[in-house]
Amino acid sequence: MTGLAIAANGLRKSYGDKTVLDGVDLNVPEGTIFSLLGPNGAGKTTAVKILSTLVTADAGDLRVGGHDLATDPRAVRAAIGVTGQFSAVDGLITGEENMLLMADLHHLSRAQGRRVAAELLERFDLAEAARKPASTYSGGMKRRLDIAMTLVGEPRIIFLDEPTTGLDPRSRHTMWQIIRELVTGGVTVFLTTQYLEEADELADRIAVLHDGRIAAEGSAGELKRLVPGGHVRLRFTDPAAYRAAASALREASRDDDALALQIPSGGSQRELRAVLDRLDTAGVEADELTVHTPDLDDVFFALTGGAAVPAPSKEAVR
Amino acid sequence: MSTLALAVRDSSTMLRRNLLHARRYPSLTLNLLLTPVMLLLLFVYVFGDVMSAGIGGEGADRSDYIAYIVPGLLLMTIGSTTIGTAVSISMDMTEGIVARFRTMAIHRGSVLIGHVVGSVLQSVASVVLVGAVGVAIGFRSTDATALEWLAAFGLLVLFALALTWIAVGMGLVSPNAEAAGNNAMPLILLPLLSSAFVPVDGMPGWFQPVAEYQPFTPAIETLRGLLLGTEIGHHGWLAVAWCLGLAVLGYFWSTATFAKDPK
Repeated sequence: MTGLAIAANGLRKSYGDKTVLDGVDLNVPEGTIFSLLGPNGAGKTTAVKILSTLVTADAGDLRVGGHDLATDPRAVRAAIGVTGQFSAVDGLITGEENMLLMADLHHLSRAQGRRVAAELLERFDLAEAARKPASTYSGGMKRRLDIAMTLVGEPRIIFLDEPTTGLDPRSRHTMWQIIRELVTGGVTVFLTTQYLEEADELADRIAVLHDGRIAAEGSAGELKRLVPGGHVRLRFTDPAAYRAAASALREASRDDDALALQIPSGGSQRELRAVLDRLDTAGVEADELTVHTPDLDDVFFALTGGAAVPAPSKEAVR
Repeated sequence: MSTLALAVRDSSTMLRRNLLHARRYPSLTLNLLLTPVMLLLLFVYVFGDVMSAGIGGEGADRSDYIAYIVPGLLLMTIGSTTIGTAVSISMDMTEGIVARFRTMAIHRGSVLIGHVVGSVLQSVASVVLVGAVGVAIGFRSTDATALEWLAAFGLLVLFALALTWIAVGMGLVSPNAEAAGNNAMPLILLPLLSSAFVPVDGMPGWFQPVAEYQPFTPAIETLRGLLLGTEIGHHGWLAVAWCLGLAVLGYFWSTATFAKDPK
């Protein structure tokens, strides 16, 4: 073994004349969580489909679990588990039957299969619903069943394609807990997400995928250092005050619709006071002031060419 | 595990899954039986007098027509059941579960084989049910020997296998369940253009070759011959050739389509 669970060099894939992945390099050490981060349509799902043998790549030297994807997909399949973006459960049968189906396909003995199924259903809080058809499950339950099914074969490498998309906050946190527990057992997790917060929470390393290329790669901390400091955001209710403030703070970027200004700032007391002094001099008072320290959102916008656009809504300001 | 052992084990797992679906949701299968049963009752009890006059000249009555129509409807039942196969294959492909199967170290063909074996078993069960309705309204085989019964059964299974592989291919190339149902329509329309309801002799001259050589007519005539002692002639080998040809064609079509990257 090379110590790398996933090694991809020059991964390319296009559909027709649309290039989805344009020379992507990825290296994921064993036992770590790697997050592929990108907006919708960036090619995240295609990357997962290729690395999990579902779709063949056009080019690239690809190894998963030490096996070559092109020449030995079967060995790759034996090493991996995949939970796709759309739940891969059989809705017509019960949760327990889904688990036993997986046990059969992994060639476990009957007794062993029942034991593993019962354990996992218990662990993922599905024991109570085990005898109900999977189609009646909530989104969070389906996702948990999906992951439980993936774990039946005790895969060493797990692909999770947007595991929390569409889940409520509570289910999302449950899912994060599950993912953290997975790596404590030495499993490698390859996670795609469009939520920066999620990558920040979970991943050892993050790669930002944009337009089929890796725009940046590193730990969350390293990525945050890529963008200069944070900013102060001032919001006004009175348009006249907003205009006055805008002319007083010329370096601020304007959001005319929200009547808000953003001033680059590290958030220190001195920098804040300087801003406030200038507002006082101009005789205007902001209705709301928030200090925004750099987070992955800034990195993301900076890397994907959206740097000039201020944080779109309050939820980005924590 | 050897490749063959793996194929058998995984295919039987997939078969169990499909049979579980059929057992849990019998309505889909039963709905597909409605068409042949309705046609049987309609043609016998509503059009029966006219139809019987059409098949046998003088002295033919309703019971003669029942004998005439049942073999065709048994084969139509198979066509109808395999529409269900096309629909369920297509539904399966749009679900994430098949994507999961594709990323597992299982026998590649087991997904399709499980569907095919399940569908053939369903066809046989359906034929038995429709056959029972036929017997209930007065269908009787005339002095068919044990060997002829066996041959009739073999023909039905072979015919079901052939249509099922074709239906699997139709299901695989259809983007959704509705399209699969439409694409598989010929499987239930073809019997209407065969000798199932009226003899080919009674059709317009230009149409007779179509009716005579399409897959259903030879199979129907062979089944009639086996159960009722009518002349089989060249229909026997034509039926077997159609079945083998369609089965092989459907098999290669389906496996090649399944082997392609999913969309």
